Amino acid sequence: MLAFIIRRIGQAMLVIGVMVVIVFFGVNVIGDPVWMLISPEMDQSAVEATKIALGLDKPIWEQFVYFVGNALQGDMGRSFVHGEPAIKLILSRMPATMELALVALFMAILIGMPLGVYAGLKPETRLAKAIMAVSILGFSLPTFWVGLMLIMFFSIMLGWLPATGRGDTVRVLGIETSLLSLNGWTYIALPALNLALLKISLVIRLARAGVREAALMDYVKFARAKGLSQRRIVGVHILKNIMIPIVTVLGLEFGSLVAFSVVTETIFAWPGMGKLLLEAIQRLDRPVIVAYVMVVVVLFVVINLVVDVLYSVLDPRVRLTEAKA
Amino acid sequence: MTDTPISPAMLAGAAAPVPKEETPFTRFRKAFFEDKVAVAGLILFSIIVALALLAPLITPQNPYDLRSVDLMDSRLKPGSVAGEGFTTWLGTDGVGRDLYSGILYGLRISLMVGFLSGLIAASIGMAVGLIAAYAGGRVETILMRIVDLQLSLPAVLIALILVAALGKGVDKIIFALVVVQWAYYARTVRGNALVERRKEYVEAAQSLGLSNARVVFRHIMPNCLAPVIVIVTVQTAHAIALEATLSFLGVGLPQTEPSLGVLIANGFQYMLSGSYWISFFPGLALLLTIVSINLMGDRIRDVLNPRLEK
Repeated sequence: MLAFIIRRIGQAMLVIGVMVVIVFFGVNVIGDPVWMLISPEMDQSAVEATKIALGLDKPIWEQFVYFVGNALQGDMGRSFVHGEPAIKLILSRMPATMELALVALFMAILIGMPLGVYAGLKPETRLAKAIMAVSILGFSLPTFWVGLMLIMFFSIMLGWLPATGRGDTVRVLGIETSLLSLNGWTYIALPALNLALLKISLVIRLARAGVREAALMDYVKFARAKGLSQRRIVGVHILKNIMIPIVTVLGLEFGSLVAFSVVTETIFAWPGMGKLLLEAIQRLDRPVIVAYVMVVVVLFVVINLVVDVLYSVLDPRVRLTEAKA
Repeated sequence: MTDTPISPAMLAGAAAPVPKEETPFTRFRKAFFEDKVAVAGLILFSIIVALALLAPLITPQNPYDLRSVDLMDSRLKPGSVAGEGFTTWLGTDGVGRDLYSGILYGLRISLMVGFLSGLIAASIGMAVGLIAAYAGGRVETILMRIVDLQLSLPAVLIALILVAALGKGVDKIIFALVVVQWAYYARTVRGNALVERRKEYVEAAQSLGLSNARVVFRHIMPNCLAPVIVIVTVQTAHAIALEATLSFLGVGLPQTEPSLGVLIANGFQYMLSGSYWISFFPGLALLLTIVSINLMGDRIRDVLNPRLEK
């Protein structure tokens, strides 16, 4: 078990290392490194001074060592626009994005599971067919357009929920969260639903396929023969067995929720790191872009690592095949 | 796709008339048309493509031609009559462009970007997958590691960073879409090619002394096409949606190349003041395009999936 975890951590470090190399070469070799580190307002002499101060006249491998050294200390340069360290900016916006992604994830489970289980238990009913049609539509709908339509319907036409921004936040354990006030929930409802939409469709499909498969299993027949109620069979026996793959997939999908929040945050003016990234792209604030990429890559690698390790704890077959290979 | 391998039945058919020979393609066509939903998707898609191709002939206005656009006509409600005298059935946008014309011209760009990027990505991905499977060893390990690395990061993020680095433009967005798509093809084709290369016909071709390139591209590749066709439909829909998303975010296509995403983005600022149609109708066109492709794709996948064969 320990050997498995160590090997996985080693692989994770390797991936991060490769990404550092790619980002370094992307920014410093293909692009002009000076442009990454100065603001557009500087004049020529200031540009030259920066070049020398940053050691950009040195050979490329020395620059790489410098870049990695700084990155290891969490220094990705200063934002041109905000004048603060880029990494600090990203981390200060992170709680808002995490909050949004987590709410979206729970929405996906709370809405998707009952619909998917129903569609799996009674696949021939009209309602089940309607659910599946909606899930196909959910895959086809462009997220950003749905966001616009949600604003149009719930905010402008009905006036129920605010269209943009984040509600009142409360500080808990040093993290700002808007989930502890009713006002905060009215603000997060629409963006979270928008972000969750694709995942709801995914959960419906996974749950339906899982239920249909599980319904044929011997343990379900046995439970039925024992005379257990349908509610208990579905709620305990089937649900327990289909939850493992769904939770795994959703764990892996959490990263894509964070990535997709760029779109949702822009539409709903949600002050998370996705919105920050887009603003940075539009203003050519390169240190922030680099810092965002590195933070997200690390986040992805960590998520993959945690899911892998958890999976091997839950399912011993995974680490056995790994050990043989 | 129409390029079916020559079967003995077809050779015989050249000499003696065989009433109805069954090629893989006719079998596929028959199975595809059995599903009414898929046929509806095909019809819808054909209409959309036809409208896009015929755009200059059937629209009252060329949205690229600034002389025909009048700022006085901006934000007209659907059904109003524009200054030029034609009725704008879907209304006009913020600078007075007729939305119906804008949507049809926008469809041309969106479809072109989607298909072109899909075809290029499919070619590159297939080549990489075949080479990896056929070469094996270290080449395979390195290529597949790259594929794994890329697939572990979400497409929207990679594309966003790429267009941020490259800038706006049709060529740049196609490049970005190719980069995010090729890995899917590479992985699938490799999986298939690994199975195919162990089959006897490959051994036969090799013992005839054919070159590696010929064995790979003339013998193995045609047998790996079925899953590629499935991914092409799914990925093209994805690519169209992704292009629209990037353009909506303002990092995709420039205002001079108004794809559907650009049109929706333009309407966004007017939506809060009640001019819903500027974003709504281009979005509907985008939705119908993607749905029609997905409906066909679902059926194609079912038909071509060997595990579901009767």
